[in-house]
Amino acid sequence: MTVLSPAREQAAAESVLRRRRRPFAPYLLLLPTVAILLLALGYPLVWQFWTSTQKFGLAQQFGRPPQFVGMANYVQLFADPQTWAVVGRSIAFCLINAAITVVLGVLVALLMNAIGTISRLVLQVAMLLAWAMPVIASMTVWIWLFDWHRGVANWLLTAAGLDFTNHNWLEQPLSFYFVATVIVVWMSVPFVAFSVYAGLTQISEEVMEAAALDGASPRQRFFAIILPMVRPVLMIVTLLQVIWDLRVFAQIKMLQDAGAPTASTDLLGTYIYRLGVGASDFGMASALSIFVLVLTVALSLFYVLHLMKEDS
Amino acid sequence: MRTQRRRFRPGRLAASLIAILVAAAWAFPVYWMLNSSLLPNTVLTSTTPRFWPWGGSLDNFAAVFAEGSFWPALGMSVAITLTTVVFCLLFAFLAALAISRFRFRGRASFVLAVLFIQMLPAEGLFIAQYKLMSSLSLLNTVTGVSILYVAAVVPFTIWMLRGFVAGVPIELEEAAMVDGLSRTQAFFRITFPLLAPGLVASGVYAFLQAWNEFTVALVILQKEEYRTLPLWLRGFVQASASRATDWGQVMAASTLVAVPVIIFFMIVQGRLTSGLVAGAVKG
Repeated sequence: MTVLSPAREQAAAESVLRRRRRPFAPYLLLLPTVAILLLALGYPLVWQFWTSTQKFGLAQQFGRPPQFVGMANYVQLFADPQTWAVVGRSIAFCLINAAITVVLGVLVALLMNAIGTISRLVLQVAMLLAWAMPVIASMTVWIWLFDWHRGVANWLLTAAGLDFTNHNWLEQPLSFYFVATVIVVWMSVPFVAFSVYAGLTQISEEVMEAAALDGASPRQRFFAIILPMVRPVLMIVTLLQVIWDLRVFAQIKMLQDAGAPTASTDLLGTYIYRLGVGASDFGMASALSIFVLVLTVALSLFYVLHLMKEDS
Repeated sequence: MRTQRRRFRPGRLAASLIAILVAAAWAFPVYWMLNSSLLPNTVLTSTTPRFWPWGGSLDNFAAVFAEGSFWPALGMSVAITLTTVVFCLLFAFLAALAISRFRFRGRASFVLAVLFIQMLPAEGLFIAQYKLMSSLSLLNTVTGVSILYVAAVVPFTIWMLRGFVAGVPIELEEAAMVDGLSRTQAFFRITFPLLAPGLVASGVYAFLQAWNEFTVALVILQKEEYRTLPLWLRGFVQASASRATDWGQVMAASTLVAVPVIIFFMIVQGRLTSGLVAGAVKG
């Protein structure tokens, strides 16, 4: 972002303050935002906390008011092995995807940095295309690519000598997650690659030249110079990737819609959806939603504090 | 990084080759969408895929347009997206002014709250939002979805705009006021035009978010006649699970949804990256 130095920005703000003391003006300016955030996020958040202490059973579906049960929903939720299966799968999926994405993203960024203008432009355009694709459009294309009957994936693998004729990728959880990983990594790598590449271009040429003159091998240059210098951007990008890969609702839901069994492929988002919208068990769905929110806020803490430093 | 070229020269050709291969692999799904959208179903269902759109036509697009459900979905998407963009820009602009032009009590907590809210996943709230909209009788309405979208998009938009507002030196306004303009005049005649690029970038960001959104829409818009384009696309995929799908038409439909997004995305890409990893790149 551009760009006043913090000191100058503050001086500017103070000069406004000095000239005109209208302490209510900023609050007035914030009013619409605060109002809509309270309505669309604040109220649901409070409702969710309250609801997670209520029991929604069969009787409630027939109009009986829900019953206060304290922490019973949480106890029941985390006593259920199905919950732990979903949580475990989500965390594993998230970490594996984030790791693969960051490693590939760094490799692509290094590649962008190492090649000439024309091939770099080609690579960047391809990455931008994948990045720009709307999630749902990407999902339809990938589902078509992995179509059991006429998908190109099966055709290519069969042509390569493996028999994948009419192979259904979505039937088995492991191959379901493999497809999901391919898709999520494909759509996430460009962001990492562009961010890290931007970081790489900031490394001064003198430093790299000096290292080369002193006889540092490419390997040494990568681990001793490049990596420490792009560490800040790498950390932010990795953190964002972990947070984003926890929320892969659209991708998983679309793959399930294309014919996968839901119970064995649910991740947190789709499981909450099934509990809440499918089974109308709002108490349990709310309890699990709270868990997801707490997890996200904990993960976001570092990122948010980093951005706050930017602000002051 | 011009000098790096010299150093990597021996491996440069190999690196360029790898880069082209990676580019081809990454662009392939997008290419395949366009390719399939141009080919008739008889070609798509033959045993050997055709990798070039020879003998292709725009028939699939015509079929999508002729089929009744595209236009209402487009209408819903346009209505929701426009509402979201307008209100999001308005609210975010006012809030960005507040946090970058004023120092006031609670400013830091507001910024902190905005940054946290920006991170909240739809998955953690959509059940509660569904109940909220149901109690307000706003299920299956443009208003209901737009309210949730504005709330979801406004935090990051404020963050984006804040940088732009802070980038216009207050001295410019002050100089204009010395020359006799009122504070409001000075703002609208001097600062506002300078903010135009920022408003465009933030507007495009809000557009992309609202146009692509799936999770909230799925929960709030449950009736078929109120589907947005992403939900409409999902309908095709759902159908593909049970019966033979006309993939040519599905790919034409995907293309129609994706093309405006790809164009707009190119406009904001740079700002989006720098906004998300703010400070980390420049160190």
